[in-house]
Amino acid sequence: MKSLAELQAIKEKMKDKVVLREGSNDIRVVVGMATCGIAAGARPVLNTLVEEVNNGGLAEKVTVSQTGCIGICQYEPVVEVFESGKEKVTYVKMTPEKAKRVVSEHLKGGKVIGEYTLGGQNL
Amino acid sequence: MKELSLNILDIAENSVKAGASLTEITIEEDERFLTLIIKDDGCGMTEDILKTVTDPFYTTRTTRKVGMGLPLLKMEAEITGGSMEITSKSEKEYPDSHGTQVTARFCKTHIDFTPLGDVSASIVTLIQGHPDTDFLFTHKLPGKTVSLDTRELRQVLEGVPLNSYEIIKWIESYLDEQYQNQEESQ
Repeated sequence: MKSLAELQAIKEKMKDKVVLREGSNDIRVVVGMATCGIAAGARPVLNTLVEEVNNGGLAEKVTVSQTGCIGICQYEPVVEVFESGKEKVTYVKMTPEKAKRVVSEHLKGGKVIGEYTLGGQNL
Repeated sequence: MKELSLNILDIAENSVKAGASLTEITIEEDERFLTLIIKDDGCGMTEDILKTVTDPFYTTRTTRKVGMGLPLLKMEAEITGGSMEITSKSEKEYPDSHGTQVTARFCKTHIDFTPLGDVSASIVTLIQGHPDTDFLFTHKLPGKTVSLDTRELRQVLEGVPLNSYEIIKWIESYLDEQYQNQEESQ
C-alpha cells in the first residue's frame, strides 16, 4: 500500500535533481485543455506526452504544460510545440499514438511531422 | 463528454482559472445516485453573471467567462432525471468568503447516465497542469472513501514540485490502489 513515507523517500531522491532541471528546458509543449479539447480527447494525449517525454529521457529539455482554448476547436486535441529560435508547430486532431510519434520524431529527432500539423490538413 | 470524469476535469479548470487556492472535488455515490460537488475559493461571480453561465448562447467570444462546460454538465445531469445548481459569492461583495460551488446530481440507473470513467486520470491531469494550487479530492463509495489532499503531499515534499514526473506517477498509483482495495472489499 502506498504511504506518505514512501513519498518522503521519493522526495529525498529527487531533491538534487530538481535544482539541475530548472532553467534547462528549451522546448515547451502545450496542450489545449478547455472544454473543446477535453471533449475531443486531450486528457490521454497530455498524459501520453508526459509519460513519453519522461521515459524518453527528455525531461530536462522538454516541458509539457496545459492551456485553455486555442481557438480552433474543430481541430482539437491541439498540441503546440514552442522551441526557441524556431517557428511554432501546431499539431491537430491528436491521439495518444500520434503523440508518441511526435515525441520520438520531433522532440527527440528534431523532425516536424508535417502530416499532423495544421498546415498538413486538407482545409 | 464520454466520461463524467472529463466534466470534472473541465469544471475544476474553471476553479483554477478563477484563482482558487483550494479546489474541493467531492463525489458521493450509492447504488442509485451520484452527487458531484466542485467547490473553490476563487474570485466567484456576481449574481448577474451567475444567471447566465448555464446558457450556452448567452456568452460571446469576447466576453465569455465560462462557455460550454457548465451547460454540458447541466444537460448530462438533467437527462438522467437529476439536476445541477451553482452558488457563488464574488470577491467584491464577499472579500472573506468568496468562491463558487457547483453541485450536480445524477440518477445512475438512468440509461443516459454518463459513466464516471477514470477519475484518477482527471485528478492527476489537474495536478500536472496546476502544481501550485491545492486540490482536495474525496470519493465516497458504499463502505469506502478514496481521498487525496495535495496540501498533505506538499508538506511532505518540501518544495519538490507536485508535477514532477515521479510524484505524478506516485499520485496516480496512490489513487488507483485505493480504488482497487475498494473493489476487493465489496
